[in-house]
Amino acid sequence: MKRSIFKILFVILFTISSSAAIAGDDGNLEIKKNNGQTEVKDCFEKVNRGIFAFNQVLDKIVFRPLAKGYRLFPQPIRSGTSNALNNLSNVVTIPNNVLQGQFKDAGVNSARLIINTTLGIAGIFDVASYYGLEKREKEDYGQTLGVWGAKEGCYFVLPVLGPTTVRDSIGSIVNIIGGDAWYNITVANDTHYFSEADYYVSRILSGIDFRAKNLESFDNLEKNSVDLYASVRSLYLQDRSRKIGNVDKTTETLSDDDWEELDNQ
Amino acid sequence: MKFVRLLIIIYFFLNLNNYSFAKDPSSLINEIVDEAALILSSEDPVESKIIKLNAIAERSVDINGIGMYTLGKYRKTISDEQKIKYQKLFKSYFLKSFSSRLVDYTNPRINVVSQKKINDKYTIVNSILEATSKRPQVKIDWRIYTKNPERPLIRDLIVEGLSLARTQKEEFNSIIQNNDGDINALFKTLEEFLIK
Repeated sequence: MKRSIFKILFVILFTISSSAAIAGDDGNLEIKKNNGQTEVKDCFEKVNRGIFAFNQVLDKIVFRPLAKGYRLFPQPIRSGTSNALNNLSNVVTIPNNVLQGQFKDAGVNSARLIINTTLGIAGIFDVASYYGLEKREKEDYGQTLGVWGAKEGCYFVLPVLGPTTVRDSIGSIVNIIGGDAWYNITVANDTHYFSEADYYVSRILSGIDFRAKNLESFDNLEKNSVDLYASVRSLYLQDRSRKIGNVDKTTETLSDDDWEELDNQ
Repeated sequence: MKFVRLLIIIYFFLNLNNYSFAKDPSSLINEIVDEAALILSSEDPVESKIIKLNAIAERSVDINGIGMYTLGKYRKTISDEQKIKYQKLFKSYFLKSFSSRLVDYTNPRINVVSQKKINDKYTIVNSILEATSKRPQVKIDWRIYTKNPERPLIRDLIVEGLSLARTQKEEFNSIIQNNDGDINALFKTLEEFLIK
């Protein structure tokens, strides 16, 4: 039982931390979205801020040093690792493409997965891009729930795992109840080809790869922020909203409402 | 003599033209990106770079507009006196954080790829910050305020779909809200940041 709970927490952790940021609230602070959509409640803000502070310390003593060490590896090794991890994420992206009705993207991602896993030697080389099959946006079950109309629910911060919402947490749980083929063949079922360690190593590497790519951005944010917790919350919610909207163009994601109001004053 | 005077006048206007503002939003971004890259790649001391970068920001960014935007709903409830104090504090805060964010870059390469006019007041300029060995390429969109087409001004930077103005607004609003709506708490936080 204990072991199962540990596994669930572990999977949620690295699903969240590799798709968003590191992290780290009482009350009922409401964050209004500029685009006139829903409001996201920051449940238990004081508690969340405490957890956020704890995560910050953890980041300083564990994740940041690991990310800096990872940066010391030559660029081709980091690119290859990043490519292989991206390739692996397709096993979650493809079913979500289908669930969101993105059949063309599902086809492209499936072709990418097959080509890169074989010709690209376990995804280390992005051969598919060479054949004109460009990389698509990652999708997850939290995004799919959002596309289906599910609201975010409370925003909260999990220890080690970082910022999330009720909807995104449910999405992460889907991964371990059969939604992630990689989890199924490594942890859930004994296939004799892969071990549980393969899964956990891939998740940890994903987190470190993400942190290494954002070392300067996080340092910069920390240095220039007057309320880092509020900044991370804003960035997390904006990022999720953009991904659920499945829009790439800024003109389609931003509303002019607040600027308009300012101009008319 | 008249000819010489005419030459001086022509030279004066030609020179003046060099310092006038670009009218096309893409040109504005190209211009400031090139200028900033030149400053950042120079051998100048950091203090000198900061002064030059701030000069670019003061003439090409709508600092007052962004300041009022970031106040959100609280801009409707503050007094004129508080507004003046806020604008002064915000400008200092903005310039300090702007130059501090940029000065760490040695030679950022930003290429303008396209622009889209939203309406008469706004145009979005799309650009790419080229990848380096440390980080992947970054998509940066610039919200340009074009109400005065003679002097377009930057109002927001949208990095990979994330609006910096909105992040700033939510950060400031969080500080005010967590202090029972007291704007003085924000003033205190900004003052502390400035003396840091």
